[in-house]
Amino acid sequence: MKGRNGMSMRNAGLLHPSIEKVVVIEGTHAASYAVKLARVQVIAAYPITPQTSVVEKLSEIVSDGELDAKFIKVESEHSAMACCIGSSISGARAFTATSSQGLALMHELLHWAAGSRLPIVMVNVNRAMAPPWSIYVDHNDSLSQRDTGWLQFYAESNQEVTDTVLQAYRIAETVSLPVMINLDAFVLSHTSEPVALPKQELVDEFLPPRKAPFKVDASDPRAFGALIGPEAYMEMRYKLYQAMEDARRVIREVDRDFAAKFGRSYGGLVEEYMTEDAETVLITSATAVSTARIAVDELRSMGFPVGLMKIRAFRPFPVDEIRELAKRVRKIGVMDRSVSFGATGIIYQETKAVLYNAPDRPAVFGFIAGLGGRDITPETIKEIFSYLLNREEPVSEAVWVGLKTAAADRPEPPFPENSAAMKSSEGV
Amino acid sequence: MIEIRMHGRGGQGGVIAAKILASAIFKEGKFAQSFPSFGVERRGAPVLAFTRADDKPIRLRTAIYEPDHLIVLDATLIKSTNVFSGLKRGGTILVNSSSRVESFAFPADYPSASVDAAGIAVRHGLGTRSIPIVNTAILGAFAKFSGLVGIESILEAIREGVPMKQNENAAAALEAYEVVEPAADLSDHGRFSAEESGTITVK
Repeated sequence: MKGRNGMSMRNAGLLHPSIEKVVVIEGTHAASYAVKLARVQVIAAYPITPQTSVVEKLSEIVSDGELDAKFIKVESEHSAMACCIGSSISGARAFTATSSQGLALMHELLHWAAGSRLPIVMVNVNRAMAPPWSIYVDHNDSLSQRDTGWLQFYAESNQEVTDTVLQAYRIAETVSLPVMINLDAFVLSHTSEPVALPKQELVDEFLPPRKAPFKVDASDPRAFGALIGPEAYMEMRYKLYQAMEDARRVIREVDRDFAAKFGRSYGGLVEEYMTEDAETVLITSATAVSTARIAVDELRSMGFPVGLMKIRAFRPFPVDEIRELAKRVRKIGVMDRSVSFGATGIIYQETKAVLYNAPDRPAVFGFIAGLGGRDITPETIKEIFSYLLNREEPVSEAVWVGLKTAAADRPEPPFPENSAAMKSSEGV
Repeated sequence: MIEIRMHGRGGQGGVIAAKILASAIFKEGKFAQSFPSFGVERRGAPVLAFTRADDKPIRLRTAIYEPDHLIVLDATLIKSTNVFSGLKRGGTILVNSSSRVESFAFPADYPSASVDAAGIAVRHGLGTRSIPIVNTAILGAFAKFSGLVGIESILEAIREGVPMKQNENAAAALEAYEVVEPAADLSDHGRFSAEESGTITVK
């Protein structure tokens, strides 16, 4: 590409020698093409909206002979993960994709995959849990799998989906843990936008064939998944814990290696935007980050010292990065697209938890927005910043943003009388 | 940023049209994004599809509430749904209809046109008389009417983006392109400015 927009294309990472071609594709296909580039050997999946087109495209790719993989059709998500576990134990690079209720059905085997230390990669299209039935985005499905031992990433763009799938196999095979890559239902999964697909030979250099330290092999018999007594179970759990701790370093290193080869970086566990001199920072994840960048730009142009931290990796949680941020800012808001009933938004809880023992503890405010696909617009983000800019201490642990209930019924009225500077956001 | 909202019914191909439009815009060196109405599409049910175009990467990830351009694939939707919701002042309206555009009595300050995309589609063997696939024909008409994207880019994107009858779809788009007149007096927001419209070639 050349011409007057060459600079924008270059800034957007669409002009780089590593690129084979740039295609306008939806988020699900951004995952499918990355799976092909990663030379995955076994794909097992059960269809569920809005994940379906991830594996539909892969079934075409496999049947067209473009990827030498076994495509296994199964009768449930539980079986899909069982296939991934079986093939991964035998040394293969395995992939599956699911969403929402399908992920919930896999729950038992998510523990099994992580406990077996298998580097399976899964794409989960974030969809709200039923009932009431919803096919729209929120993050309760994946965040409910928090304690299964899977790494979790949240993607902001289709390019990040492709790139994170490639990074995920490197990370997973380095720390011997499975990785879940989450993308927002429809807002990413069914949105088409330009994606740079890298050259196969460069991906092969970045991601060489998997070398499993142990595998099912008749000539070298071993036992897998055996019963273990109290004398050793705890040590195995400690090793898993350490592997997840070690994953922080590996995620950062793999992102740096990726940037060196492909020219795109995602900052490792988090990415900061306009935080350098910020006093008030919003922490959030996934596609809301993209829209929030626009709101931050607007508020900056009005003179408000605000910034953004994107949670890219939720597991392992970016403890160091958040503590580092806390040293520099006065207020942190956390916008969750999830809720833990009886508690608060989930990233909010985790953010507060890592700061309690830290020497610097700015005020931390929790917001819940965008559940079940409720649109998160620049106005939603500005409403939250308005709240943050007008208060010194939180008075509620979970401010619900964008509720249709009467103002009097809200847990906390979002706009103080004196919010003149933010008038454009009032009454949302 | 330029925002286009397409109103159709499930089965007319609006979602694919929005995607082809995004591909065509990208071929001209602009950034583009397209998405369906985040819904469960059923045959015959009202369906929205959206396309955004800009000369810089598009970060906005919300539905389109205030479009610059409206494309209506089924004129009956004008009576049964509020297709004009949020349309920017001076925004354009393009309707698939064999009736003259005057018969719709659109407000004068909204440039409007009609094109018999259904008739054109049927002549090119796209769908049937009762269920014509009008998405590619309307794109040809939109290219001419809006001036937003060139017909060559549309035709190339159609050949790459439709699963079958690539030549028939391209021919339908070209025919619709030829029968429509460009909109007069487009307000600035509906087009790229001259500075933005560099000549870009995509390899």
